[in-house]
Amino acid sequence: MNRTDQWKLASVLLVTAIAVWYLFPSYQFYANYYNRTTQQISSISSEKLAELRKKAIHLGLDLQGGMHLVLEVDRSKMNVAESKDAVDRAMEVLRQRIDQFGVAEPLIQKEGEDRIVIQLPGLTDRRRALDLIGKTALLEFKLVRTAEETKNVFDKLDGYLATHATATDSALRRTALSSHVLSMDFAAFVRSEDLPVVQLLLATPGLDSIIPGDAQLLWGNPDEASQGVTGRYLYVVKREPEMKGGSIATANAQIGLESTNPGAWGVSMKMTPSGRIDFARITGANIGRNLAIVLDGVISSAPVIRDRIPTGDASITGGSFNVETARDLAIVLRAGALPAPVHIVEERSVGPSLGSDSIQEGLMAGLIGTIMVIVFMLVYYQLSGLIAIVAMVLNIFYLLACLAGLGATLTLPGIAGIVLTVGMAVDANVLIFERIREELRNQKSVRQAVQLGYDRAFRTIFDANVTTIISSVFLFQFGTGPIKGFAITMIIGLIANLFTAVFLTRMVFDFMLSRGKAETLSI
Amino acid sequence: MLQMLIGTNFPFMQYRRFAYLFSFVLVAATTTWLLMHGGPLLSVDFTGGSVLQVRTSRVLAADEVRRALDAAGFRGVELQQMTGQNRDEFLLRFRSDSRDPFPIIQQALSTRFPGVTSELRRQETVGPKVGNELSHKAIWAVLWSMGGILLYVGIRYEFKFAFGAVVALFHDVFVVLGFLCFTGREVSLTVVAALLTIAGYSINDTIVVFDRIRERSKALRKEKHSRAMDIAVNETLSRTVITALTVLLASLGLFIWGGEVLRDFSFAMIIGVCFGTFSSVYVASALALDTWIVLDRRKGVQAE
Repeated sequence: MNRTDQWKLASVLLVTAIAVWYLFPSYQFYANYYNRTTQQISSISSEKLAELRKKAIHLGLDLQGGMHLVLEVDRSKMNVAESKDAVDRAMEVLRQRIDQFGVAEPLIQKEGEDRIVIQLPGLTDRRRALDLIGKTALLEFKLVRTAEETKNVFDKLDGYLATHATATDSALRRTALSSHVLSMDFAAFVRSEDLPVVQLLLATPGLDSIIPGDAQLLWGNPDEASQGVTGRYLYVVKREPEMKGGSIATANAQIGLESTNPGAWGVSMKMTPSGRIDFARITGANIGRNLAIVLDGVISSAPVIRDRIPTGDASITGGSFNVETARDLAIVLRAGALPAPVHIVEERSVGPSLGSDSIQEGLMAGLIGTIMVIVFMLVYYQLSGLIAIVAMVLNIFYLLACLAGLGATLTLPGIAGIVLTVGMAVDANVLIFERIREELRNQKSVRQAVQLGYDRAFRTIFDANVTTIISSVFLFQFGTGPIKGFAITMIIGLIANLFTAVFLTRMVFDFMLSRGKAETLSI
Repeated sequence: MLQMLIGTNFPFMQYRRFAYLFSFVLVAATTTWLLMHGGPLLSVDFTGGSVLQVRTSRVLAADEVRRALDAAGFRGVELQQMTGQNRDEFLLRFRSDSRDPFPIIQQALSTRFPGVTSELRRQETVGPKVGNELSHKAIWAVLWSMGGILLYVGIRYEFKFAFGAVVALFHDVFVVLGFLCFTGREVSLTVVAALLTIAGYSINDTIVVFDRIRERSKALRKEKHSRAMDIAVNETLSRTVITALTVLLASLGLFIWGGEVLRDFSFAMIIGVCFGTFSSVYVASALALDTWIVLDRRKGVQAE
């Protein structure tokens, strides 16, 4: 072995050692992780496991299960100054909500101008997460109009509807609003079966202008009961809120907040010192009136103010709270309202069972595909085939090490990329071996044939790998998560391929030929 | 030593007109299909909508499930029962529905089939705006990467070769798209990934042949162009076929055992690899030959 060969061998050993160094945490993590989930026995502490998790190859949401959301912050109703940092503020609020909800390693990222990407790995309760994230949670305290004022507003509306019938459904429009109302006090109660009609009537063009400018119609919780009938309350409230949710210091899920319904869940709130002073003033000035607690435009309750409340305690009850929804609302109130409503524009959720099935299927497909390639190479190229296989296995090994080292994510299409890399990795050796065989047929010596085979095939291999890398790079630019995972495995796999299939196998051949006479070659 | 396709001497170029016809028929069929259907079938990634993969606790008949869905008000839903071991799973596609469908579906199924529970294994919902953006991005990604490959091949090879290679590239991607259409498969993000991979890979065999022509140009100068091309194709035939074979084996593994999510992807790869091999001989090389002949004729050289 001469000096250059020694250097070559050293470099291969060094690269392999580095790869082992990067991959070892992955091995440790996944070996222990699956022990832990199946048998609950592990020799490793959870801090150590968490540390390993950071260094191990990340699995994409499509493999470990979880939720990928893209939210769009609706800034259409904001002025320029407000909308400037709206997305950042929304992200901060969402981060607090998600942290309190308790998801391991969430990812919250700004995307483009007005979008936020949220990834929640391992999440199982999709509906709850959507409610927690999608809720604006704008809390307001608004004064309800007195029974007399409410009656006046409804009379005005009835008068308008009677004269402004549209041609399309005049019969419906001419009916009075109050004729669909079951009872009327400080709020109107509408039976569930009348709701569609009432909503249609309220949508009559021009109706808004009849409601006095400082008043507003707001619905109560859906499916409430009044005298044994289910329906919904419709309130007339003062448009300008007395207080907003910013003065809430803490919020907690609690049972027994309503004296009439002691088993029901609700959310109790404590106000900040300044909020307490405001609340005392407002309640003191409006004794005997109803104060509506409005959450995202729906009145959750509107209790009568019996006395000045100096403690700053308020609660949200009613609706159909259970322990989970009450707890989630408390989280949302503590974290504060989103500066603007958010819309979910993309959702990709994968259940944990599908994720583990995908891993199994992916591994199975990869294994069988690899075995087929290995068998073919061994049968067709014998000893040289074995060298190519060793190179291919190292190629995959380096690829995985790169994924771990770069902190890239392994996705299901990424596994497909690895399987394709197996097929493409040996291609380089096929080109070289076919060339060597050709040179041997042309009566070249083994040594010459190997030399020429590598030299002449290199350019072809290089060009072939470059074209595939070009398309993968554009794929990476364009792709979403799983596709990015595919592109990155292809790019790394093909670069590593030049090292393993050309440099490394050449070294092995040179080493074999430097010993003995080398009159024949098993190829 | 096991060998195949060594020392062959097929007169490939002699039959290139038949191959042109064959390719033309495929391309025409694809074009017709696309025109008749207004483009390929697009997945919700591009149209917007939802896909749900639901597993039920026992195998249900598809038409019964459809009736349950109809009753729940999901009339336009595409329902697809999975095959083999996964017959207890359904794929549901909603093009547009503002409701969150799974809770309603769960309710509807448990009402119609008492005792049956259902599990949401996967849901993908894409808003119309995002779908639109993704389609644009996908089209640009395909065009850019083809452009990139074109540029690379244009720099590395003479014009007469680059032209054939690029046509072959478009041919392969287009024909794969055609096969996806004919078999009723949807174009999704993953399928676009396969199309791009095919674009990068299918040109490899072409490169092998062209490199051979360039390498042997001195020795082949005295031969007729078509003869020179035939020699190059025959000499490289074994590696062209074997390299395709290894990738084909890997793709077959994915197609058979890789699960539902990767099936369309691996289907596209299989078709792409097969046609990539065919087109490197009969589109890229044959067109390069004809370009070569035309160019020489213009220069006044009698080539054939």
